[in-house]
Amino acid sequence: MIRMEYYLIVSTIMMFVGIYGFVTRRNLLAMLISVELILNSVDINFVVFNRFLFPGELEGFFFALFAIGVSAAETAVAIAIIINIYRNIRNIQVRNLREMKW
Amino acid sequence: MEISLETIVFAVLALFTTVSAVLAVTTRRILRAATYLLFVLFGTAGIYFQLNYSFLGAVQLLIYAGGITVLYVFSILLTSSEGDKAEHLKGYKLVAGLIATCLGLGVCLYITLRHDFLPSHFEHGELSVRTIGHALMSSEKFGYVLPFEVISLLLLACIVGGILIARKR
Amino acid sequence: MEYTILILLLPFVSFLVLGLAGMKLRPVAAGVVGTAVVAVVAAVSYCTACEYFFAVGRDAAGLYPTLMPWNGVWLPISETLHIDLGILLDPISVMMLVVISTVSLMVHIYSFGYMKGERGFQRYYAFLSLFTMSMMGLVVATNIFQMYLFWELVGVSSYLLIGFYYTKKEAIAASKKAFIVTRFADLGFLVGILFYGYYAGTFSFTPDAKLLVAAGGMIPLALGLMFIGGAGKSAMFPLHIWLPDAMEGPTPVSALIHAATMVVAGVYLVARMFPLFVGYAPEVLHWTAYIGAFTALYAAVVACVQSDIKRVLAFSTISQIGFMIVSLGVCTSTDPHAGGLGYMASMFHLFTHALFKALLFLGAGAIIHAVHSNEMSAMGGLRRYMPLTHATFLVACLAIAGIWPLSGFFSKDEILTACFAFSPVMGWVMTAIAGLTAFYMFRLYYNIFWGRENRELHAAHTPHEAPWTMTLPLLILAAATLAAGWIPFGRGISSNGEAYTIHIDWSVAGISLCVAAAGIALATWMYAREKQPEADRLAETFSGLHRAAYHRFYIDEVYQFITHRVIFACISTPIAWFDRHVVDGVMNLLATAIHGAAYAVREMQSGSVQRYCIWMLCGALGLTILVLIIC
Repeated sequence: MIRMEYYLIVSTIMMFVGIYGFVTRRNLLAMLISVELILNSVDINFVVFNRFLFPGELEGFFFALFAIGVSAAETAVAIAIIINIYRNIRNIQVRNLREMKW
Repeated sequence: MEISLETIVFAVLALFTTVSAVLAVTTRRILRAATYLLFVLFGTAGIYFQLNYSFLGAVQLLIYAGGITVLYVFSILLTSSEGDKAEHLKGYKLVAGLIATCLGLGVCLYITLRHDFLPSHFEHGELSVRTIGHALMSSEKFGYVLPFEVISLLLLACIVGGILIARKR
Repeated sequence: MEYTILILLLPFVSFLVLGLAGMKLRPVAAGVVGTAVVAVVAAVSYCTACEYFFAVGRDAAGLYPTLMPWNGVWLPISETLHIDLGILLDPISVMMLVVISTVSLMVHIYSFGYMKGERGFQRYYAFLSLFTMSMMGLVVATNIFQMYLFWELVGVSSYLLIGFYYTKKEAIAASKKAFIVTRFADLGFLVGILFYGYYAGTFSFTPDAKLLVAAGGMIPLALGLMFIGGAGKSAMFPLHIWLPDAMEGPTPVSALIHAATMVVAGVYLVARMFPLFVGYAPEVLHWTAYIGAFTALYAAVVACVQSDIKRVLAFSTISQIGFMIVSLGVCTSTDPHAGGLGYMASMFHLFTHALFKALLFLGAGAIIHAVHSNEMSAMGGLRRYMPLTHATFLVACLAIAGIWPLSGFFSKDEILTACFAFSPVMGWVMTAIAGLTAFYMFRLYYNIFWGRENRELHAAHTPHEAPWTMTLPLLILAAATLAAGWIPFGRGISSNGEAYTIHIDWSVAGISLCVAAAGIALATWMYAREKQPEADRLAETFSGLHRAAYHRFYIDEVYQFITHRVIFACISTPIAWFDRHVVDGVMNLLATAIHGAAYAVREMQSGSVQRYCIWMLCGALGLTILVLIIC
């Protein structure tokens, strides 16, 4: 019997690893990957809560399901933008992205 | 607490997922990062399977591992340049991020472990696809037809947007 | 008589138009606008005078009423104390309206010729309009505070006009000097007004007698302080130093502001407050008489040795204003038959003096226009070249010397009668000064029109008669000077409002005529001929006195010493040091600290989303920890 908190520990670690990646990485794609990690950890939380706390219902399940769909959409658009940036400045490093700052 | 197979599987999955996640954000090479992300997604899917949500695990594998990761790899190949390898992080930023993250992690774990959740109990039993399908298509209470339709629109918009943004002028 | 508001509004509008749009207009057009407006104002003023003296006439008690066609509360301070703005018509204000508008109109016309081709012609007319407006506002003020407002406006326009040639160093210095000295005096005026307002409970000219009695010694103090303001404006000793320097302005301006109208504002102020002076502060009034007498004497002596013709006229103005102040100061009651004659005499002299002094200045302007110099050495023998100017100047000189039947004779005679009634000493002193007046005026006259001619200069540049725009005002003013003495002045204006018939006291008049004739004869003997040996010998014999008088008895130097050595060095410099190093230092320190802090904080606004993200995380964490600690 695995306690619910163990799952939550895993998801929390994943969450903060994602945040760490988001604030430290300079490559746009790497940042995006970090965002995926964060989303994934949240999915896990939803599912775990649903499974352990409200086994008869499906809210968490569906939330995770839709979150996967939304993240797919988000990734697609973000990657389109990144490719566009790459076309313009031949680079996807954050520090080179100064044109749109002001 | 006796060591059951379930525990071992969970421990392996958890370790695998966590380590992959850490590696995904610390590796210098972007392609490796994508690969580690794939591992994380696999581990997550494993957790879903362990929780008896086979459908969700399958979706995770199909969409995330199959679709999104491939998208990542393609885009990495498209945009990879010499800068990817030599990504040196500035010490100060690294330290600041690390401290903030560790602090946040500590606080969150503290709260999570100290919190009294509802009495939790794990029920074995597969969630049948029929139930999922009925709930997804139902317009009753606890029915998800509206979000379903909305996300279909979102995906459509996303397709159009992606094409519009990324196409060559 | 509501139309009197036009007297104030029209020049103001003209000032705005000429001041704002003047540069778009052709100079002549601007001049025509200004002159036309002043002509209308003059017409309105004459209408007002006619209606006031003849149509409205005397009331049942046989007095001229005090009318207020306009009066409104402008700034209420308390229930009883409020500052009003309005128009007050009584005999002296109506008389002043006539004088100011007449002289102003003459000067406007005259300036066409005199200022022709000057840079800033439009600006000049704009300032003249402003001055006319403020001077009119001053004389029709319904209360002491309104008077003060327009008083300051008059000061400003005087400053602007003295500094009209703002590229000339002396003009700038003179304008500053005039402004600062009069401003300094106005401080006394303001403090006096505040005292008056506090103790009399009103700013109006007719306060409650009970309050005044209750105030005791404060009312004389307030009136004395007010007189300091008046002394500043009217160039009483020792605040006279600005007036001779003010001659740096254009000559018509000197005629209008620094001879005929503005400088008599102090006299007008005392006349306005006259019932209070006589009733509650007679000793202050007599002190003004002593100050006026001393000023008159001092200025007359200095005028005898000046070589700049405008300076001579300036000192003569100071001297004549001294006469007016003396005349007011020697009054002991409001009854014109017993000790109140001086009031009427003073106003009469103000009236006649405005006319002949404006005439003298405009004549001097014509002469300067002809020879391009202010110095007597460049003149002499001009009577052949400028017959019209010569004739009008002679009329004015005779008038100021007090020769029958010119206007100055009548007014000066009244003043001397009043002085003899006060005390024989005062009478004799003033008579002597009248003789001095005749002497220095004729010295001026002979040096300009007779005497030693500067032939080289006149050969190189032949003096010529001024254009008609300049001679016309001269002729009009000369005619007015001839006629003004016969006006039954006392019928309109007297100290208690009753009609007073002027009768010549021949014992006084005879003496003054003799003294004046002696002065003129002496001047003729000394200066009329080609060679002036007596004058030179006299100057040599009393060389110390001559030099001192030429340098105006070093009053300016005393001021210079006091301001620079005492005030600037001992008071201002330490204060400036304190301000610069301590006050500014604190401010600079603050500024530097904030500047540094801003630089330090600036780094945070890097525009990097990742950095913002870290900060946001930190903030969220901080809040969470806070909640944890609290709960």
